Amino acid sequence: MKAPTLSRPRAAERRPRMNTEREMEHRRMKRMDFLQSMCFMGPSFLGVLVFFIVPFLVVVYYSVIRNPMNREFVFLDNFTALLQNAAFLSAAKNTLLFSALAVPLAVVLALGLALLLESRIPLKSQFRTFFLSPMMVPVASIVLVWQVLFNANGVVNDFLGLTGADKIDWIKSDYGQIVVLTLFLWKNLGYNMILFMSSLANIPRELLEVADVEGASEVYKFFAIKLRYLSPTVLFVTILSLINSFKVFREVYLLTGGYPYGGLYMLQHFMNNTFESLDYQKLSAAAVIMALAMVVIIAVLFKVEDWFGKDVEG
Amino acid sequence: MRKKRYLSRTVIFILCAFFAFVFLMPTVLTISNSFMTQSELNANYGVIFNAGAQGGTSYISEKVNLKFIPDKVSFGQYKTVLFMSPDYLLKFWNSVILVVPIVVFQVAVASVAAYSFTRWRGKARAFIFFFYVILMLMPYQVTLVPNYLVSEWLGILDTRWSIILPGIFAPFSVFLLTKFMRRIPYSLIEAAKIDGAGEWQVFTRVCMPQCRAALYSIAILVFIDYWNMVEQPLVLLPDAEKQPLSVYLSTINSGEVGLAFAIATIYMVPTLLLFLHGEEYLVEGIATQGSVKG
Repeated sequence: MKAPTLSRPRAAERRPRMNTEREMEHRRMKRMDFLQSMCFMGPSFLGVLVFFIVPFLVVVYYSVIRNPMNREFVFLDNFTALLQNAAFLSAAKNTLLFSALAVPLAVVLALGLALLLESRIPLKSQFRTFFLSPMMVPVASIVLVWQVLFNANGVVNDFLGLTGADKIDWIKSDYGQIVVLTLFLWKNLGYNMILFMSSLANIPRELLEVADVEGASEVYKFFAIKLRYLSPTVLFVTILSLINSFKVFREVYLLTGGYPYGGLYMLQHFMNNTFESLDYQKLSAAAVIMALAMVVIIAVLFKVEDWFGKDVEG
Repeated sequence: MRKKRYLSRTVIFILCAFFAFVFLMPTVLTISNSFMTQSELNANYGVIFNAGAQGGTSYISEKVNLKFIPDKVSFGQYKTVLFMSPDYLLKFWNSVILVVPIVVFQVAVASVAAYSFTRWRGKARAFIFFFYVILMLMPYQVTLVPNYLVSEWLGILDTRWSIILPGIFAPFSVFLLTKFMRRIPYSLIEAAKIDGAGEWQVFTRVCMPQCRAALYSIAILVFIDYWNMVEQPLVLLPDAEKQPLSVYLSTINSGEVGLAFAIATIYMVPTLLLFLHGEEYLVEGIATQGSVKG
């Protein structure tokens, strides 16, 4: 420490020096922080860059050129060609139809299960375990059972036969999607249910108690209180189920192979079969369209949730 | 009033019991049927799986029987799978050497990245995190094409690396682990810094011990996901010799139904064990995802 002098340095003289020192120190800290943070994030970010981002940019590039040999810019030609491709259109239609059926069911039924488990019944935690157990079973292990159930001579037909219905070979019929839908719900409901259960547990108890005192009915409590607090989870489960419904190719492939009956020809079948012929333009255009569609759908869902849950904080 | 509540609880219990039956039935059926002899299986499912074959199986019944309890418990199918057909074991091993490295390294890479997302916040970082979330939400139809291109450039197409490497950098565990780490009180990190700990020490001594349960639950989730994979091997690993059991199981032909049940059961064992052992962690892991925001 310097000895105090009679004449203090004038403010104008002093402040700039202090500032630059502090600024430099500050800047050095910031640089250190940045370097350190990059060291931690680096491996992951580099991997994502190399395996996802850079190649995806190339995919975008591929989708607007004639072909890898003749790199002429053709803008939307590949997309219009794809949108006129019958296989792509039917695959897109089937996938959308399946998602339109599967996603709402997966959300509503899972919420139903979670609400059932809210009441005070014996064996509650066992039920939770049972409902969750299908997620642990690899699809490949379980398709045999579905074949037994939905075969022309299978169990489901036996049951329906009691009502006088004709035997049908479910997987090879127009109802093929129902077979896959049951498998999809069986596998995914437990996971969604857990998400809803934890979110239900986070609703402030006082609110529900007040509603009880005021004599609100269960139905009113559900729509006026619970659903409001659940809305972020509903959003998440919807998105999750949507992605999983795009993955249902897996179930279809294990049940029927690469070339299923019409109604079960999914987008991933189209992709796989296009990989075999290595048509980069088709593949790239399809991937770009799917990515855009996903972003749009997610953005819309976010907006809807923002609007719906706006009066609930947290 | 009280009676009414009792009644509604009974109804709910019965409903739950019904659902429990529906959810458990396929798994139980697979496991119990794996202990049946081939002839018993033929007797039960002959109409389905032997429909085309004109073999001398005279005991085929007209209808399908769903039979849960074998007449005679037999380990014959397991003996065949384990000792007489090395093919299945080989495929099982393929699954193991694909999935284990992915789980170990994905969690390792993710834990440092998640620390970075937790410790340093800012506009740029929030954007990158948002980007990870979007990437996580992309279906295979989108991500497989880029993965295929990189594999081709690196010359690892049709080798295991083409699945393992993208698997390691999949953003799912980064997302989930960040959510876990953000619950650690910041004062803990600050206290450690005041005591003179460097970043790496804060990470290994403060952050990691707090996240032990989270790491376990994420490892389970990632393991289940990849143990079940079908899309990636079909595209990136066409060589049937190297494909995991999840893909190979579908190629077992109808003549081997008995074996198929046994293999299916063997294939379930690792995930079921993980489930029984770590259900609480698993539930915690799922519940933490909560919402995509924040």
